[in-house]
Amino acid sequence: MSIDQGARIVIAGGGIAGLSLALALKQALGEEFAVVLADPALATAPRTDNRAYAVAAGGRAMLETLGVWEAVAATAQPMTEMIVSDSRTKDAVRPVFLTFDGEVEPGQAFAHMVENAALIAGLKSACERVGVELRPTGVRRFAAEDAGVDIVFSDGARAEAALLVAADGARSKLRERAGIGWVGWSYGQSGIVATIGHERPHHGRAVEHFLPSGPFAMLPLADGGRLGHRSSIVWTERTQNVPALLSLDSADLLAEIETRFGLELGEIALESAVSAHPLGFGVARRFVDRRLALLGDAAHLIHPIAGQGLNLGLKDVAALAETIVDAARLGLDPGSPDVLEDYEKARRFDTVAMGAMTDGLNRLFSNDATPLRLVRDLGLGLVDRLPGLKRFFIREAAGLAGAPPRLLRGEAL
Amino acid sequence: MAAATERTGSTIDPAEVARFDAIARDWWDPKGPMAVLHKFNPVRLAFVRDEACAHFGRDPKQMKALAGLSLVDIGCGGGVLSEPLARLGAEVTGLDPAPTNIAVASAHAEKGGVAIDYREETIEAVVASGKRFDIVLAMEVVEHVADVEAFVAACCAAVKPDGLLVMATLNRTLKSYALAIVGAEYVLRWLPRGTHDWEKFVTPAELGNAIEANGFTVGTQTGVVYNPLTARWSAARDMDVNYMLAASRRA
Repeated sequence: MSIDQGARIVIAGGGIAGLSLALALKQALGEEFAVVLADPALATAPRTDNRAYAVAAGGRAMLETLGVWEAVAATAQPMTEMIVSDSRTKDAVRPVFLTFDGEVEPGQAFAHMVENAALIAGLKSACERVGVELRPTGVRRFAAEDAGVDIVFSDGARAEAALLVAADGARSKLRERAGIGWVGWSYGQSGIVATIGHERPHHGRAVEHFLPSGPFAMLPLADGGRLGHRSSIVWTERTQNVPALLSLDSADLLAEIETRFGLELGEIALESAVSAHPLGFGVARRFVDRRLALLGDAAHLIHPIAGQGLNLGLKDVAALAETIVDAARLGLDPGSPDVLEDYEKARRFDTVAMGAMTDGLNRLFSNDATPLRLVRDLGLGLVDRLPGLKRFFIREAAGLAGAPPRLLRGEAL
Repeated sequence: MAAATERTGSTIDPAEVARFDAIARDWWDPKGPMAVLHKFNPVRLAFVRDEACAHFGRDPKQMKALAGLSLVDIGCGGGVLSEPLARLGAEVTGLDPAPTNIAVASAHAEKGGVAIDYREETIEAVVASGKRFDIVLAMEVVEHVADVEAFVAACCAAVKPDGLLVMATLNRTLKSYALAIVGAEYVLRWLPRGTHDWEKFVTPAELGNAIEANGFTVGTQTGVVYNPLTARWSAARDMDVNYMLAASRRA
């Protein structure tokens, strides 16, 4: 290998954010720049996966630019409308306060529901095509030096790199080893996730019911399954209730789901296993350290109430890829404090703002107190009546606000 | 470390090398005494790269965009401009009259494995030796020389027939007095007092005339401005304080 350490970046973690960053860097910088992605999970076949994400317009533009959108387009479901309602579980008719009709630009859906497994597979094969070095191992240790970072992998191999990127999830080991603090709390809520089949089409409509135990989201998936149509549910429930719910037999569990899902879409069926994930909020005290950058969930974890977790991660990718590529193309050190500072500056405010917003929404909606119900009825009603504010919310949800990095605008690096 | 060990066999005093290493760390620490230079660096690097790519028909997105082009960096200091340009593929010669700077720059380049020909020489001497370059850089030098016209003539003479000259300096305006002298040296303490002598600053018209007197045409000219809110320098139309220009021989 004739590539020196100044032209090598190691990414730890092969989730959507890590793989997207690897792809963006390798595509832009070519064979003179080495991109290594290390994840022990690369050695094992992917587990069956019932997760699906709402990818906002900016994230989709980036995936299109990176050439991976094609791989998921067939199973991506455009979300053209978002209905938010507030009710007690047993209310017969759920009032619809706020309809986010999703036209960001005419003909452009404000988000697409994309299935995790398809996106990971598409990203992985694109990474292989462009020559990202995929290593089925973890990062055991690292030591930042003046000129680079010395990395020891779990399989004993070593590498020197300009930068180490921690994309190893909300419980990031690398973040912990770097001594970067984490400010966060658990919500005492879990997200129950499943794919639901239903008889009638969803017409690309996403529905979020605010129930006393937390939001219940029905997110449209591409047609398929035994009943012809599918949706992904994210059912927020108090964690203490979850074991009892998950131990129900599937007919009873389906009945529980139906009381929340409603009858509008006809008969429903389970199309996947049902799993529960504890929900929390957290932000790393710093997003960067010497020769280290935190990416995606390693930097921030937010409540899924607004479907923004992955989109924050994709924005991280776009911002970090841009600062690294711009520096490398000037012959500058891509792991220098100036580069990392630019990345942190670009992402920190947005992340904390989104974190605070989702946290506030969850606190406002996850209870049954009458005064709060009044406040939020009024609040959502006002948003609905003010077209400017509503457009702001939609554009924010689509990730198009502010001065976004080039990849989110659909421009190649 | 590697540089120091290798050099113990030569006539260079290891204590001197250690001292240069410490100064090199100052030059190269983006948060150190040269922080302003590091913040300024991306803007002037981008200007040099983009002008060179346009002139020689290269793709600025290539990692080795300047491969094979000979380049002389006059007043190279610790090498903060020379090294990135060498990484972009240019064959770089760095000139500086201060022996400390040359020692510092050489030590740093050796450590990073970047090949650069650093010399404690003047451009006049290099020209007299018959050497010519595809790209001649005089970035933030003109404001320090005693005779601008003679210096510019030597720079122009060093440019190969189809080559490119790039210069950056400070304009002589009331605003540059306020910002570069009072602001940068006295208020913000970015630079040591006495770094600049306002009387020696050169207006774009004066510099342009000096260049054109040598059979060159001035092409792109741009100002460089500092945004205190983003703490970033960027290219701008305003040439009242810092400015850069590129020139090549008249056809």
